Amino acid sequence: MAEIAIRSVKKTYGKVQVVHGVDLAVRAGEFVVILGPSGCGKSTLLRMIAGLEAISAGEIAIGGRVVNRLEPRERGCAMVFQNYALYPHMTVADNIGYALKVAGLGKAERRAKVEAVAASLGLEDFLDRKPGQLSGGQRQRVAMGRAMIREPKVFLYDEPLSNLDARLRVAMRVEIRKLHQRLGTTTLFVTHDQVEAMTLADRIVVMNAGKVEQVGTPKEVYGRPESTFVAGFIGTPGLNLLPGTLDPGAGVVHLEGGQRLAYDRQRWAGAGAGRVMAGFRAEAARMARPGQGLDAVFEFSEELGAARLVHGTTGGAMVVVSLSDGRDLSPGDRFGVDVPAGEVQLFDAGTGRRLSGERAPAAVPGAPVLEAV
Amino acid sequence: MIERTPLLNLVTHLVLVSGLVLLLMPLWIVFVAASHDFHTVNQVPMPLWPGDHLAENLAVAWQKGNFDRVMVNSLIVALGVTVGKIVIAALSAFSIVYFNYRLRMLVFWVIFVTLMLPLEVRIVPTYAVAADALRPFQAMFDAVGLSVDLPEWNLLNTYSGLILPLIATATGTFLYRQFFLTVPDELTEAAKMDGAGPVRFFLEVLMPLSKTNMAALATIMFVWSWNQYLWPLLVVTDHQTFATATMQLQKITPGPAFGEPPIWNVAMAANLIVLTPPVLVTILLQRWFVRGLISTDK
Repeated sequence: MAEIAIRSVKKTYGKVQVVHGVDLAVRAGEFVVILGPSGCGKSTLLRMIAGLEAISAGEIAIGGRVVNRLEPRERGCAMVFQNYALYPHMTVADNIGYALKVAGLGKAERRAKVEAVAASLGLEDFLDRKPGQLSGGQRQRVAMGRAMIREPKVFLYDEPLSNLDARLRVAMRVEIRKLHQRLGTTTLFVTHDQVEAMTLADRIVVMNAGKVEQVGTPKEVYGRPESTFVAGFIGTPGLNLLPGTLDPGAGVVHLEGGQRLAYDRQRWAGAGAGRVMAGFRAEAARMARPGQGLDAVFEFSEELGAARLVHGTTGGAMVVVSLSDGRDLSPGDRFGVDVPAGEVQLFDAGTGRRLSGERAPAAVPGAPVLEAV
Repeated sequence: MIERTPLLNLVTHLVLVSGLVLLLMPLWIVFVAASHDFHTVNQVPMPLWPGDHLAENLAVAWQKGNFDRVMVNSLIVALGVTVGKIVIAALSAFSIVYFNYRLRMLVFWVIFVTLMLPLEVRIVPTYAVAADALRPFQAMFDAVGLSVDLPEWNLLNTYSGLILPLIATATGTFLYRQFFLTVPDELTEAAKMDGAGPVRFFLEVLMPLSKTNMAALATIMFVWSWNQYLWPLLVVTDHQTFATATMQLQKITPGPAFGEPPIWNVAMAANLIVLTPPVLVTILLQRWFVRGLISTDK
């Protein structure tokens, strides 16, 4: 177990800068998920921690020791790769035990450790097989075993679940979480899947275009996004965002298209008039009769089993409402979207940041996360 | 494109069979000629079915060509060249693909360009070096004004002289480079995370993975070096000790210059002897050979 300190770390390839000064402190034993769309620099950041990419500027310390100039093997990190990266010519046992072999451990000792690790992952029966004879989930487990056996200070996962099918992904997610609870090793996990991030993380680091947008617990990131990017990225679906002008005197946002959306004036007491993005969760809004709330035109709906996501347009912007009853609409039908004033969140239209002048809410409005099925 | 009509099937088979006949006919004639006695083989036309003197002719050829000795020589040279080529090719490709240094691409292209320069082009300078292997170094010392006297190191009439000038290989380097480029980067990174250094990675990951590649290269290079004729002819003057099998063929085929009528039956029997080892190697390694060249074993 070790804490990781990342101080204004940058990465440039020639003239292109892909990581723009990231600061992050990971506590010992914490499970941190780095979440972002592809190309946001999250894997690069992880690889810089592992030592597979040189750090262009800034400093990374693991367990209080600056590792900028250390070789990967000296950093005490173990990594699980997206494509597993198992040695195809070695048996499962040799794959798991290779690090120990390199370290010069005796054969008997190695075998004992490999067996212990394999048993903890349910791989005892496959020790003599080659990776080519294993299923995706088993290969993933071998890759984890290979990381575990070194008893590293830090686990690094680079999108380890994206090659698995949906069911296996959920199962492996649970296993990774259990493994973390059992070993308590500091873990960094890179993914582009926000459901994975929400379910696994102690804290989520949301990255976009080489910058950290927000660091927070899953609940914070979901309930109180710091920017429109985070708001749109987290949650299924993301936050509804409607452009408009804030009118603090009336306590409403004048939306483009002429409609008005009331917000909680007490909560946003410090917010001044100006162009804003007004946001609300699909789960927090209710569908109403036409004429009630915001006026919307139905486009299509997504059936999720427990609920239905109704997509419509209002004043030119897309809006999604989660609906649990079985009302049927056909394209072009009008309906109302009733948004409780307390659920409206405000962002600066120019910078995309959350408006300042918000009083700390008594409780984070927390609706359950919708799982993608 | 796959067509399934009986007529086309017939035509394709005809083409295949005629190609096969075209290829096998000379071999068949060698075999037939090697199995007749001196008089039958010189009849016009020559018979097209084998006779019953094969064993006898083989025995004469074996003894006349001193094959006890030269087969061993050829084997040593061919194996030495093959192993040397594989080691050199793997190492140079490893350097070109996995290490980042200046002029890396230039080095690769220089190696690649030598593909177009066969041994025959550089045979005179190579001979000069083989006659005194340290002379290039002596020349360098002289050029910078160092008065170091290196001993003369003559490679003529040695196995080293037969082997070393032949082991540089652009084909092999290229084949290995292409293979190394298909090895996923993540595998290299996984080895790095496991703490394996470059040598370990090379020996324990890359080499086992390139087994099929190695077999392909070994097949090509064994046949190539077994068939070397000009270089051994130049570098070997002590024919009793260092002659190779291919060199013996010219002595077994006495032309009119030697005042003898050509003894084709024995000469063809010698041919059969000389072509056996490369054929065996090809047959034994051909399964690997094909896999190594198409290289989709991952």
